[in-house]
Amino acid sequence: MSLQRFTQDALSEWMRGKGPRSDIVISSRVRLARNLSGLPFPMLATSSQSSDIVRRVEEALRSDNRPAALDKAELIRMDDLSDLEKRVLVEKHLISPHLAEESRHGAVVLSPNEAVSIMINEEDHIRIQCLFPGLQPQEAWKLADELDDWFERRLTYAFSETTGYLTSCPTNVGTGIRASVMVHLPALAMTQQINRLFPAITQVGLAVRGIYGEGSEALGNLYQVSNQVTLGQREEDIIEKLTGVVRQMIQHEHSARSRLREISLTKLEDRVHRSYGILSHARVLSSKEAMERLSDVRLGIDMGLISGVSANVMNELMVLTQPGFLQTRAKQRLDAEERDIRRAGMIREYLSMKREGQ
Amino acid sequence: MQCQECGKRPATLHYTKIINGEKMEFHLCEVCAKEKGEQMAGMEAGFSIHNLLSGLLNLDGQFAEGQPARSASSSEGLRCKTCGLTYSQFSKIGRFGCSDCYKAFAERLDPLFRRVHGHTTHRGKVPERTGGKLRIRREIERLKQELSARIQKEEFEEAARLRDRIRELQAKLDS
Ligand SMILES: [Zn+2]
Ligand SMILES: [Zn+2]
Repeated sequence: MSLQRFTQDALSEWMRGKGPRSDIVISSRVRLARNLSGLPFPMLATSSQSSDIVRRVEEALRSDNRPAALDKAELIRMDDLSDLEKRVLVEKHLISPHLAEESRHGAVVLSPNEAVSIMINEEDHIRIQCLFPGLQPQEAWKLADELDDWFERRLTYAFSETTGYLTSCPTNVGTGIRASVMVHLPALAMTQQINRLFPAITQVGLAVRGIYGEGSEALGNLYQVSNQVTLGQREEDIIEKLTGVVRQMIQHEHSARSRLREISLTKLEDRVHRSYGILSHARVLSSKEAMERLSDVRLGIDMGLISGVSANVMNELMVLTQPGFLQTRAKQRLDAEERDIRRAGMIREYLSMKREGQ
Repeated sequence: MQCQECGKRPATLHYTKIINGEKMEFHLCEVCAKEKGEQMAGMEAGFSIHNLLSGLLNLDGQFAEGQPARSASSSEGLRCKTCGLTYSQFSKIGRFGCSDCYKAFAERLDPLFRRVHGHTTHRGKVPERTGGKLRIRREIERLKQELSARIQKEEFEEAARLRDRIRELQAKLDS
């Protein structure tokens, strides 16, 4: 089953290539929410209407001259997946928890390199998502726009001249666009500047949230910045504003890193190497500690303080050490304690492997 | 930064909302945000809509294809005739039932859109295949703006060219 390809590797193929500003920006994503005209939104759709939507998308995909990005793309039905397989797709950010757990006749179209994932019967009939490594929201928008045009030639969307693309939630109406950038901001967090930065970002109509926290924390100093407004602004302007703000965040993070280097290099070196040591030798690691240590080591690599490990390894471990992946590897259900032991083992093994070979 | 609601957990959601024309800032933890029912950017599954809805609505079979939903009784206020969702149900769950809800609740939506987006009218992409006339109207609007700018700068030759182009498009629109 080719599904294995999607659940075995932590890093999507698109992430292995280096994107611009990848020392701070992990990835850029653009999502377009679309609904088919004449059918109720998934929340109220009957079972037969929902399966009809999947069928229509499938039919569109069977037509000739698919865009290159959808070449060899596969449609995967949620009902054909185990809970664990779904969880892994969620951990890779390819599908949402909502699609995995609550959709009826939910499905996803995945391109082989996982740069495109199209969710069907999530909160809206269709959600086109394009992911690029590094800071490339413009590129992600261009591709999503192209795929959207291609689908629109085959499917009729619910669209109003005054209100734009009609979506299930009023927070998405208009453009239906959600553009987001995932950033790693350890130096700003260490120097406590992040609290001052966030209000400024929200001032301009963007939202920031920590990701990867179980509950409320921003584990691993990873944050997602995204547009809030979807109505009344052009897509290009939304993308431009987001890109501009992220560029400023990058600058702030860079200057925080230089300041750290100037005023407390030894402390910083101690911190990142200490974390590296723990990751290389610990026998039990909670996901919280693992994420924090991985963030430290990643900073050490990006600042040239640690050599011999690639930054990609850190990205990969951040996903590989999530509960779904650990259990897939172990081929069994694991309780929290078991997971902490396996997590430590997996990180040790991975780091020693990457140090010797490749 | 601590969550402004509970003051205990760290705030991980930061956003602004325009309330009564005033910009308000919010800094919430995930738990309080969920409790407030905030639908945040990028926060996919806020709460279980399906469970909530099944309690609120008894729509089973009502949306069977082609079959009109119960007609609205005036005492219940606004109701979408296509999917049966009432405005009060919509305001509880924060989700529309179908694209016709937008028309059914139109009179109430502008203030909501203004609060969430600060705008009420779409200015972005128009579908290529089905948005034909709107695309033309947008183009005419754009050309008219350019036309008056040219006239102000006394660039009459270019203005005349634009005026002809507008006429062409206008004819296309009327045909
Ligand atoms: Zn709170
Ligand atoms: Zn409706």
